[in-house]
Amino acid sequence: MIKKIFLVGNPNVGKSVVFSRLTGVQVIVSNYPGTTVEFSRGYFKINEEKIEVIDLPGTYSLEPTSSAEEVAVSLLKEANKEESVIINVVDATNLERNLFLTLQLIEEGYPVVVCLNMCDDMVHRGISIDIKKLEEILEVPVISTCAVTGLGIKLLRERINEAKTKSRAKLSHQARWQEIGKIIEEVQKLKHRHHTWRELLEDISVRPLPGLFMAGAVIYLSFKLVRFLGELLINKIFDPLFFNFYQPLLEKLILILKDHKFLFHLLIGELIQGKIDFKQSLGLLTTAPYIEFAMVLPYLMSFYFILSILEDIGYLPRLAILLDNFLHRLGLHGFAIIPLLLGFGCNVPGILATRTLESKRERFIAAVLISLGIPCVPLQAMIFGLLGKFGGLYVFSVYLVLFSLLLILGIILNRTLRGYSPELLLEIPPYRIPPLFMLIKKLYLRIKAFIFDALPVVLLGVLVINILNFFKLFDFFTSIFKPFLTKLFGLPKESIFALLIGFLRKDIAVGLLIPLNLSIKQLLISTVLLGLSFPCIATFIILLKELGFKALLKATAIMLGVGIIVGGILNLGIRG
Amino acid sequence: MRKISLVQMDAGQKGKVVEILGGAGLKQRLLVMGIYPGREITKLSQFILRGPVAVKVGRSVLALGFGMAGKIILEVE
Repeated sequence: MIKKIFLVGNPNVGKSVVFSRLTGVQVIVSNYPGTTVEFSRGYFKINEEKIEVIDLPGTYSLEPTSSAEEVAVSLLKEANKEESVIINVVDATNLERNLFLTLQLIEEGYPVVVCLNMCDDMVHRGISIDIKKLEEILEVPVISTCAVTGLGIKLLRERINEAKTKSRAKLSHQARWQEIGKIIEEVQKLKHRHHTWRELLEDISVRPLPGLFMAGAVIYLSFKLVRFLGELLINKIFDPLFFNFYQPLLEKLILILKDHKFLFHLLIGELIQGKIDFKQSLGLLTTAPYIEFAMVLPYLMSFYFILSILEDIGYLPRLAILLDNFLHRLGLHGFAIIPLLLGFGCNVPGILATRTLESKRERFIAAVLISLGIPCVPLQAMIFGLLGKFGGLYVFSVYLVLFSLLLILGIILNRTLRGYSPELLLEIPPYRIPPLFMLIKKLYLRIKAFIFDALPVVLLGVLVINILNFFKLFDFFTSIFKPFLTKLFGLPKESIFALLIGFLRKDIAVGLLIPLNLSIKQLLISTVLLGLSFPCIATFIILLKELGFKALLKATAIMLGVGIIVGGILNLGIRG
Repeated sequence: MRKISLVQMDAGQKGKVVEILGGAGLKQRLLVMGIYPGREITKLSQFILRGPVAVKVGRSVLALGFGMAGKIILEVE
């Protein structure tokens, strides 16, 4: 009786795509090893029987080398071999390397079905595999699929029942590779042909000089495109929606709420010169949705869209090689660029992605650097919203401060923390052309996660501020923090709320800082402080989960310390 | 035939792995990715300032840190 199905395979062979096809559960997939760092669960039916399907992080063997691989291996060890089937997803374009795990699984007595994925790409690359023969040699069902289009998935479902435990002699690792060499000779044929333009580009990107030029061009273009698309969305869609459709509705509501002072204060907030000001009114129905949907969401959409393209093409591991040397100075290695880049969207997935790094030390450094020095999209929207009107130079200087801190802190952590950082060992995937529907699906998943996670917190934050404000409870806080703020940072006492509420979410702070009419120097200091002093609550929770309590305390102390020092220095150093 | 490390090889050169200097952990990590004594690999490129090395093993392209590459000894023509 089959009760559980495990999807097992090397990193970046398309396990998660097969998982989505089997269960209908949507998960994020990309073209680099280590997209899946935790397991996902779904269900599907065979003959009215509901079976659990578990998508595991990729692993090269049954001996784990990172915490993501540990997840996969330990779940497999717990599996009951009589009640489970393993779908071993294999990259058909790289059969040889994939067979190592396949043989190991069969030798260990797991009932295995081999899912020979990416068969479409195999043809492009001039590879042909004799599936019948492979089935005979392995003695397990082998089904060729193309999970992205869904080809072969039906057959895979039908043949799951055929998986049986086989008795295959356990080989030493070395002997297993020799065995694989023989199998490959029998089943795989390569056609010699001319290099395609895709292979040429793949080649260029792993060579130092052309690779560097390519990286420069890719990063510059991506940055330009994110800004362009974000502004396009704001100007053509979100701003018109708010001003032409939403505002008239709210104005009607104002008339109704006129006599309910408390409700008016909560929902609409303050009228600025008799009118709703979406950036300053600070009501649950005014500023809260405007900040999230018209200031943050458009940039988040354009950022994730461009990131998804780079991810799915398979460019990011190439960036990892180029930056390996540089990241070593911060105690990381090249692959850490992927968590760092993800952190620009939102720190939470960035910190989760540090699971692909091998050592605890590396994960600590990466997590601290992400939460301190990488501004997420909401924070960036805030930086632009507050400083943009004063000119690009000010915006640029905030980024400069954050990145220099990231560098300095990384170098210090690398020199002071015990241990050393492991070296890069990374598989560079071939370029793949992502179908548009895959990109859109991923964008939808990420945006949905953002709206579900962020909106409640924003509403809560605005609610708390408004209640405190209405009952005039602010004075209590201001008197406590006043000497600290004015002497050390040169900020007015009211700015404490923006800094405190920054713990909930960075973007609400915009609405709190704008009405204070701060000088440019004060704005600069408060945005830098918001950026690095303390992570938002979601980041805080993920840091606790990933690093543990002790490391979290250490990380928090670092951030507060750096915040106070830098804020103080900026206050002394800049002439107001 | 002479024995040199992966770092000393030229880009484009082929070689046969004869030895991996290093602990069991490193040998294991390389082994499961297909780099083990007896295996033929091609060096694709080397990044400056002690940067990583890119190699082709079978059909996969792997990037290895400089220190790791220095521990892989190969036989070349």
